Amino acid sequence: MRLLLIGLSFIAGAWAQTKAPTDAASLSAGITQFQIHCAFCHGRGDDGFAANLVSPNLVHAPTDTALLSIIRNGILGTDMPPALGMTDEQMLQVAGYVRSLGRSAPITVAGDAANGKTVYQGKGCGGCHMVGGMGGKNGPDLSLIGAMRSPANLRTSVIEPNAVLAGGWTMVHITTKAGQQVNGIRLSEDNFRVNVRDGRGKIQSIAKDQTTAITRDLTKSSMPSYQSRLSAKELEDLVAYLFSLRGAM
Amino acid sequence: MKAVIFFSASILAAQVTAPPGDWLHFQGNQQGFRYSALKQIDKSNVARLKPAWSFQIDKLDKFEASPIARDGILYVSEPPSDVTAVESYSGKVLWRYKRVLPDNVPFCCGKVNRGVAILGDSIFISTLDAHLVALDASSGNVLWDVEVADYKKAYSSTAAPLIVKDKVVVGSAGGEFGVRGYLAAFDAKTGKEAWRFWTVPTTGEKGTETWKGDSYKYGSATTWVTGSYDPSLNSIYWGTGNPGPDWKGDKREGDNFYSDSLLALDADTGKLKWFFQFTPHDVHDWDSTQVPILVDEMWNGKMRKLALFANRNAFYYVLDRETGEYLLGKQYVRQTWAKSELDAKGRPTRLPNTFPTPNGTTVYPNSPGATNFQAPSYSPSTKLHYVMTRDEGGVFYTGDDTFHEGSWYIAGRFVSKPGEEATGAIKAIDPMTGKVKWEYPLSAGSWSGVLSTAGGLVFAATAEGDMLALDDRTGKLLWRYPMGGRAFANPISYTAADGKQHIAIACGHSLFSFSLD
Repeated sequence: MRLLLIGLSFIAGAWAQTKAPTDAASLSAGITQFQIHCAFCHGRGDDGFAANLVSPNLVHAPTDTALLSIIRNGILGTDMPPALGMTDEQMLQVAGYVRSLGRSAPITVAGDAANGKTVYQGKGCGGCHMVGGMGGKNGPDLSLIGAMRSPANLRTSVIEPNAVLAGGWTMVHITTKAGQQVNGIRLSEDNFRVNVRDGRGKIQSIAKDQTTAITRDLTKSSMPSYQSRLSAKELEDLVAYLFSLRGAM
Repeated sequence: MKAVIFFSASILAAQVTAPPGDWLHFQGNQQGFRYSALKQIDKSNVARLKPAWSFQIDKLDKFEASPIARDGILYVSEPPSDVTAVESYSGKVLWRYKRVLPDNVPFCCGKVNRGVAILGDSIFISTLDAHLVALDASSGNVLWDVEVADYKKAYSSTAAPLIVKDKVVVGSAGGEFGVRGYLAAFDAKTGKEAWRFWTVPTTGEKGTETWKGDSYKYGSATTWVTGSYDPSLNSIYWGTGNPGPDWKGDKREGDNFYSDSLLALDADTGKLKWFFQFTPHDVHDWDSTQVPILVDEMWNGKMRKLALFANRNAFYYVLDRETGEYLLGKQYVRQTWAKSELDAKGRPTRLPNTFPTPNGTTVYPNSPGATNFQAPSYSPSTKLHYVMTRDEGGVFYTGDDTFHEGSWYIAGRFVSKPGEEATGAIKAIDPMTGKVKWEYPLSAGSWSGVLSTAGGLVFAATAEGDMLALDDRTGKLLWRYPMGGRAFANPISYTAADGKQHIAIACGHSLFSFSLD
């Protein structure tokens, strides 16, 4: 009986605490933990190469429970790792700090988002990227990119794609023994097979022992640089448009 | 020939304590072999190996445990510090021990546990909150529970204990928190502490001169992977981890004894007989906590008692385990931090510009190392040492090195070298030469350990969860099965109630057991 009571109080305690703290001491402690564990990728929240956290609504973390779960467990299939060496209390403090970032003034960008949408369409970005269910799938879906990336990160992605490679978008070039050439995005790979989505959107599963060569573009994005294809104004407008893509938030 | 007979006899002696169908220690035997004398599954029939059952745990944390098998029962630890007894033919649960941990237990690298130990009617687990618990083997009831160290000071424990005569030897974890590492022995019947060896000297003790100022107070050198035992010398051999803080060594100039070392301790008293430091003044977190393998073999015409050690720092070592004398050191995985030849005493010569810096320094291997907690294997049949290796560069950064008790104390970080992917290989090393006899390349670095068997097979899992069986003499792939999860654990072999040889490994959040159809 004692064991059961302890168990119940433990569970109750855990539920009760899944609320990001807002007091000054917790936020201060949260900043310290954030700098140790998070800042390397997230910067100050909105200037890192990982997700932009300066937002009242976080795509993967609409609730404090979800936010705490992400801090604790990471996001499988992305570069977001589980917390290493943070106590439960420290994770809550970090969650509190991340929420406080969302209460700060949102970043403003200089460009004209409406004009940026015209640039997006005119330059053919939709050939590879999808927004709101429309477009291609040879690059990341951009429907929520404004909630996930800072303006600085977006700008760099457009003019210098190799500097900010998105995880999970490695291009592979495969030559089969039958002489077939397959190029596409690597979806998964193990010792025996490579699974790719080719340029036509078709998923192909290829046995490695049926290939003569496999090369992987580990340092190169399949997206070309748009530095010379955009004027300075077009670039800023395009960044403003991308930054405005936050779904229904 | 005489040497071969002598050697075989000593191996038999090492195995004779257990029926070949049981797996009674973390590594199968106390000498660290992770070798099974079972040979029902062999090269001719391994293609017929099939999953017999799987058992799912209800946790999301990494499942790193290697089971113990005795009399038809598997005893396996689950994250964070639970134990389950499973009927080894069917995979059905017999009992469970669930430990409720205190809130706010500091830990590094996941709430993990790598296995239990067994002696008589007791099962032993060392826990994340740094306790040692004895459980009744047939019910899971707690027999005793002792605090080994204070978890509030960031001590934890993740390694399977090692049984040595009537004692349970437990290691420490917490090397990323500036704790003072130890190895401790407890009476198996009562839980009373018999001895403790602190892996970092304290004020007034010899060895503090290898630490600048009072930096030894935060020296770490924890012992988070199970070591080995030699009854003929009554010695325990156990590797130690990184000095603290991990990636910035300015405050701890010196060699930093006894971090990154192999310790030889008297099994009755815990007194240090000798030590050998692999990586003096480590600044890359290359813990030397790999499992030492103890063999007797002819060395330059003389029978010697050897300790074999494939180190995280990318060098392979052979030491005389009576004296600690360095006999051989050879690079076995790509590295750029030291000259490829060690000096006459086995000390590495560092290359310039390889220390971490505020803006990052690229070095091979990366912080996870050439090998790490993946258990190695030694086959007395092939006389080869099988090691799961990783090939990857890292960029190492320094950071704040202010110490706060109970808090993260790493003073830096690392990332994988951009533009490269970690690959790996299962390598078969000849201890007589340190040369790689064969290797089976892997498209990604795996965290699985390796098992060899008298059936002439080597078992290990890939990073993607493919269980493999290789020919122990050539490395040729003979069988595989996709388990569908990431492997962080080490395979074992045992005989179940149906008389069949099984191969078991934890992968993803399940324990898999394979047997012939």
